[in-house]
Amino acid sequence: MWRHPAAKPLLALLLAWPACWLLWAAFHDQLGPNPAEALIRQSGDWALRALCVALAVTPLRVITGQVLLMRFRRMLGVNVFVYAALHMLSYAWLDMGLDLEDIARDIAKRPFILVGFLALLVLSALVATSFNKAVRWLGTQRWQALHRSVYAVAALAVLHFYWMRAGKNNQTEVLIYGAILATLLGWRVWHWWRKRPRA
Amino acid sequence: MHARHSDNGHNHPLGSEITSAHAHQNRRQMMQHLATGVAGAALASWASREALAQSDKALARPGKLAPLAARPSTLAGANTMEKPTTYADASTYNNFYEFGTDKADPAKNAHTLKTQPWSVEIEGLVKKPGRWDIEDLLKLSAMEERIYRMRCVEGWSMVIPWIGYSLSELIKRVEPQGSAKFVEFVTLADPKTMPFVGSRVLEWPYVEGLRLDEAMHPLTLLTFGMYGEILPNQNGAPIRLNVPWKYGFKNAKSIVKIRFVEKQPGTAWVKSASHEYGFYSNVNPNVDHPRWSQATERRIGEDGLLSKKRKTLMFNGYEAQVGQLYAGMDLKKNY
Repeated sequence: MWRHPAAKPLLALLLAWPACWLLWAAFHDQLGPNPAEALIRQSGDWALRALCVALAVTPLRVITGQVLLMRFRRMLGVNVFVYAALHMLSYAWLDMGLDLEDIARDIAKRPFILVGFLALLVLSALVATSFNKAVRWLGTQRWQALHRSVYAVAALAVLHFYWMRAGKNNQTEVLIYGAILATLLGWRVWHWWRKRPRA
Repeated sequence: MHARHSDNGHNHPLGSEITSAHAHQNRRQMMQHLATGVAGAALASWASREALAQSDKALARPGKLAPLAARPSTLAGANTMEKPTTYADASTYNNFYEFGTDKADPAKNAHTLKTQPWSVEIEGLVKKPGRWDIEDLLKLSAMEERIYRMRCVEGWSMVIPWIGYSLSELIKRVEPQGSAKFVEFVTLADPKTMPFVGSRVLEWPYVEGLRLDEAMHPLTLLTFGMYGEILPNQNGAPIRLNVPWKYGFKNAKSIVKIRFVEKQPGTAWVKSASHEYGFYSNVNPNVDHPRWSQATERRIGEDGLLSKKRKTLMFNGYEAQVGQLYAGMDLKKNY
């Protein structure tokens, strides 16, 4: 089933669905009284979910032994960037009116925006080096080291969300995403520890 | 004529609001009189009537709750010319944390709130303390309709036709003692009818406060209704506060106690995050929230998805009326 030629296009459709729905809803007055805020927040939620899914691939592959899951890893990774970029673009356009000077000032002034922006910058570097040739250019080791920075993205994203909610002591969702991402990273550490070569 | 266009009311609402208050009920008539007197102004009058029709539509009684009769206020600044927010938006996009932290929650959950019987306890440094039944409060002074801008600290705003009377009417009756410097508003915290009372988000009950002179300012509205009807539960029924030059969270909802005190009361958001929310919380485009700018705001239901946010006005546009309350004060320190 993982090998089926339709698997990838189907997955792509599935991943694009929330974005298509959000954009359609935003322009058809289906996002409630404050559509701009809804679009910014929901695209952020989807970026976090996409990150959880992308980081679940390797643990799932090892646990289930389904090596073919790796076929989808790049698409799931790029998907994180797509939602993060949609999130950033919604903010830049709807909140800041695409005024670059205002945006730059906002990033410099507000730590929670800065942290989100840094996460997107790292994701951009990962997307820019996501094609096969990049692995050859960089060499596997360097490429892997670079792509491990996705863990930094996870930390930055959770911090961004935490700060955004900080004034309201309303951290339930932050804790849920934080716990999922911590589990996925924790599993890797544990796995690496178990498999480390013994002297 | 110009001030009647809802779309540019933002640019120059102040002159018209300060000099005279117009009753929205009379607007259409006035417009027609004006239009017939001006030759060649057919197009302008058509455009104005369109704007007025829209405005009247937004102000029409929604027919959901009991009507609450009121005369249009004649108080300076009490009737903005800007286009009112629709009742649907004003009653479904609310911050009322006792019923949930999502802005759609109060409209879904507040049906459990029991607003009858209701009474408000007046206590503390007053010569005439006591318990007031809501029926007596409704009769205490003539009901006025006032169309206020409401600016939320989160960066969005609405324009809402409220019904009530100046809080000063009640304060005068209960005769504060000379030592009373602040007024504390305690709101209902009933875990049986309010599902989120007890959550860690805030300390319950939700408490707000004003300096006595702020509470005595005629624009400070003790509110019983909106859009020609009694308040919906999610908007703070049966009695709430509206202080239009302050961020929305200062407007205590479902008030059960009004206490006159000597020292500045500890208010809900200050207790929760004093570095982010201050006691005064006057709308001020020059003092940013630590996590976002307060220079601009999004008008719910009016500013299109892609339109740039509008500029926030000092004291939410009520500077002419309330600026003197803060003369000589460092508003950056007293945020």
